[in-house]
Amino acid sequence: MAEYHLKTPLSENEIRRLVVGDTVYLTGKIFTARDEAHKKMLETYERREEIPFNPAEMAMFHCGPIIKKKNGKWFVVAAGPTTSSRMELFEDKFIEFYRTRMIIGKGGMGERTAEAMKKHGAVYVAYTGGAAVLAVEAIKEVEDVYWLDELGMPEAVWIMRVENFGPLIVTIDSHGRNLAMEIMEKVEKKKLEIIKNL
Amino acid sequence: MSLTHESLVKAFYELIKKAVTELSPDVVKALENAYEREENVVAKKQLEAILTNIKLAGERKLPMCQDTGIQTFYIEAGFHTPHLEKLKPAITEAVRKATADALIRPNTVNPFTGVNEGDNTGRYIPYISWELVEGNEIRVYALPKGGGSENMCKLGMLRPGEGIKGVKRFVVEAVASAGGKPCPPVILGVGIGGGADLALKLGKKALLRPLGRRNPDERIAKLERELLEEVNSLGIGPMGLGGKTTALDILIEWAHRHPASLPVGVVFQCWADRKAFITIKGDGEIEWR
Repeated sequence: MAEYHLKTPLSENEIRRLVVGDTVYLTGKIFTARDEAHKKMLETYERREEIPFNPAEMAMFHCGPIIKKKNGKWFVVAAGPTTSSRMELFEDKFIEFYRTRMIIGKGGMGERTAEAMKKHGAVYVAYTGGAAVLAVEAIKEVEDVYWLDELGMPEAVWIMRVENFGPLIVTIDSHGRNLAMEIMEKVEKKKLEIIKNL
Repeated sequence: MSLTHESLVKAFYELIKKAVTELSPDVVKALENAYEREENVVAKKQLEAILTNIKLAGERKLPMCQDTGIQTFYIEAGFHTPHLEKLKPAITEAVRKATADALIRPNTVNPFTGVNEGDNTGRYIPYISWELVEGNEIRVYALPKGGGSENMCKLGMLRPGEGIKGVKRFVVEAVASAGGKPCPPVILGVGIGGGADLALKLGKKALLRPLGRRNPDERIAKLERELLEEVNSLGIGPMGLGGKTTALDILIEWAHRHPASLPVGVVFQCWADRKAFITIKGDGEIEWR
């Protein structure tokens, strides 16, 4: 259960070193992406067109923030993670196409994502759900936004610069371990025991 | 004192602001107790982040979570109040204003076109649940609740032969399958009886009760205590990363049922158990509580 302070862009070596239970504090660039943004970026790739930024150089954040515009500049008001399991539909392909090395979210992800992370060298890190003001402490600047008019504030892709963003707990590493799923297997056993004894 | 539209808009704006920026003392206390109780390192880190976040949100008057839900209000209005017609327009305007000021996230999406209306209003939204009660006072409860916990809500139409044991099984299964998705430690509102709609409504209304306040019926209070212990023994823990605290409390409300039905509505609330209340007196005075 080591603690790491990492900077983007993340190398495959840095990622392969991380194991389940480690804590990461991240400095550098992140981009937000939820259901609609994933769909859009995958479709763009499949049409052999380009998106306006490089996800390989940043960490992805499953987040639909509240953002305010003041004097022509964007400010983040609240930015906690959204439930990652909805993105299970897209994430293996996204990692394959765009080679993002770190995905930040809450609630964990499934086997397809874990498999893609093992294959391509990526990790999933959990950020405390709802800790939206704590996140704002670490977000130093909103650098850009894409598809805001089309997708709306929560679904748009926001590019942010962060400093010591965390604590982020590694719950899927690049060696095949998936903490949330391991816990859910134990929960399932315990559930059957409780029901038997009702 | 006459109650103007402007003063009501201001009061509802402050009600929304209070709900999204401050947790009530019962919830903060329950989270602090959970932090003390946990031994798991990861669980402690999650609760520490939650407690720091609550403190920062309160100090800076910022929404503690970015998901401020679809705006929902429970109104208990006295039969003899003269202010009834003023409420809905004032709530709608307060919601628009709170959205423009970035206190709440624009969250009303048309299910057919996918278009976000951008101001938190739309068909049936803000949702207002009306109940007429004795007297001339109005109580308004704001319950801004995130989508992550709402997505885990479950309705069970059990066979009456399964009895209360069946109810327990259904609740334990609902919590086990939700895992870390509803942002545990959660608060569960459970509605038992009535029809399908009433069971869920009672479950949601149960969330307005302060944590730790047991149902006045001792048999139901016992059921609440037993279920809380069972759910916490599942080991889901804060954010589903393991630990002793899966739920902070379980609150049960009930109604009589049809002979052929045993409806159970399980409503999940995340740790950010946001709720705020005001009372509008018959003379128009607004009391905060």
